[in-house]
Amino acid sequence: MKSRTAQRIAFAVLLAVSCVVFLPVVSIFVILVKEGGGALTPEFLFTMPSEGMRSGGILPAIIGTLLIVVCAIAVTLPVGVLAAIYLNEYAKDNLLTRVIRLAIVNLAGVPSVVFGLFGLALFVMMLNLGVSVIAGALTLSIMELPSIITTSRNALSSVPASFREVSLSLGVSRWRTIRHVVLPNAVPGILTGAILSLARIAGETAPILFTAAAFYVTRLPHSLSDQVMALPYHLYIISTQIPNMPSKLTYGTALTLVLLVFLMSLAAIILRIIFRRRKKW
Amino acid sequence: MKRLFDWIIERFIFLCGILAVIFVALIFLFLLREGVSFFGSYSPIKFVGGIYWYPTSDPPQFGIISLIVGSLFVTVLAACLAIPLGVATALFIAEIAPRWLKDVLKTVIELLAAIPSVVIGFIGMVTLVPLVRQALNLPTGLSAFSGALMLGFMALPTIVTISEDAIRTVPWSYKEGAIALGATRWQTMYRIILPAALPGILGAVMLGVGRVIGETMAVMMITGNAAHIPGSVFDPVRTMTATIAAEMGETVRGSPHYEALFAIGLVLFVITFIVNFTADTFLRKARR
Repeated sequence: MKSRTAQRIAFAVLLAVSCVVFLPVVSIFVILVKEGGGALTPEFLFTMPSEGMRSGGILPAIIGTLLIVVCAIAVTLPVGVLAAIYLNEYAKDNLLTRVIRLAIVNLAGVPSVVFGLFGLALFVMMLNLGVSVIAGALTLSIMELPSIITTSRNALSSVPASFREVSLSLGVSRWRTIRHVVLPNAVPGILTGAILSLARIAGETAPILFTAAAFYVTRLPHSLSDQVMALPYHLYIISTQIPNMPSKLTYGTALTLVLLVFLMSLAAIILRIIFRRRKKW
Repeated sequence: MKRLFDWIIERFIFLCGILAVIFVALIFLFLLREGVSFFGSYSPIKFVGGIYWYPTSDPPQFGIISLIVGSLFVTVLAACLAIPLGVATALFIAEIAPRWLKDVLKTVIELLAAIPSVVIGFIGMVTLVPLVRQALNLPTGLSAFSGALMLGFMALPTIVTISEDAIRTVPWSYKEGAIALGATRWQTMYRIILPAALPGILGAVMLGVGRVIGETMAVMMITGNAAHIPGSVFDPVRTMTATIAAEMGETVRGSPHYEALFAIGLVLFVITFIVNFTADTFLRKARR
């Protein structure tokens, strides 16, 4: 009887603890929507900032973020998928493979600000790209490489081995089997992973601090070698560096960033559901 | 011709495969290059052993003890919050929660993981910081304590997701054996399942701690950024990551201050490398 009571108490405590995790997440959204919801007007989203960013919109920050994020994924996706192909289809279980795996784990754990330092030293300084969209995008692409490799690899390994065997037994070369049989069947998983990565790097601030982000620019970016404003950096600036900032704009910017990230994640999740329904095996 | 094309593409695939290794090595080399050049002009002993971080005074002082203590304070405190919360939540999700509640909790955890750190920092600044200041009657709410609270929550998704995996992969036969011997579900959980899942849980905790050490934006916005040895957890502190992020913009490229920030980056890189390596060792042990 006593052990039953103990169980009841323990389960109640675990339930309570799980609710503690639940509450802050919900309250963050409630606060953002309540305080920033009113700011989300077309004018706010689609005009330039004015009066030292204390009024007007955040269009250049939105465009800057989209530009950096899309460039970063465009670089990292093909490379990451090929790396995943190597690991899943070619690599043998040897020392080199273990080293690669360890490198991926550690690359994923490098602090984001250290990526910023690396991007500054390599892209901005040594390759002389300057503080620009392209330098920031390359920095983020390296940062996102581990997760693109991991999700692509999972997608590849979920393609049944029999698909490969049939193709190989018909005399098709290894690469052609991968290209025409394995890869098409892994595309949904790879795509879902890529969009989730897109969402995650849209919110990254530290890696673009010294490689791409500008405090304030008066015009929209014209080329990839321009400095740009970016949503997360803009939020940091207006919430810490500018006195007398109207709180509506700050909350509105935070809400915009969160919505952007969520819409992308949501798109990935919906895509995953659609593809899963169509799956033939 | 086809053969040649295949051969070339397979070489290229190999190159992409080892790219992760190349980048880890490159990051290390670039940090080391600036770091070594810094230690040419400033003694490494004074760097690692110095208490004062006065990069702009004359002569400048680059002692990182107070920054390391700042990072340590915030990390340990955040871990104290995140580890029990995270493991308990993982246990609840994996073993107790009914299907629908499990789905809800997992979605919430995923949402938490998706919130950008600068937004967490902002929310902490406008809600938690004033609350802490009033509740504890402090001169400022920007403190190690406030930072650790927010960081603890940021580490939760990592700890919960990976611990839950570890708990779920404990073989059924363990549970069946315990239940057959008359143990209650709770006794089975903490006597059998938890010990069996321990390597995986430790791995999860290490990964979570690694995230906290490397976290930058939220920490910079909430901890107050005072570079001194904190007297209590309610003092403002400054972490290594926040120092790099806050000061790099104002340095002259190639100056000792610039190089010193790279040297901090090197210290961070080495610490996170060790933490992640340990985590990986635990997780591989758990999988076996």
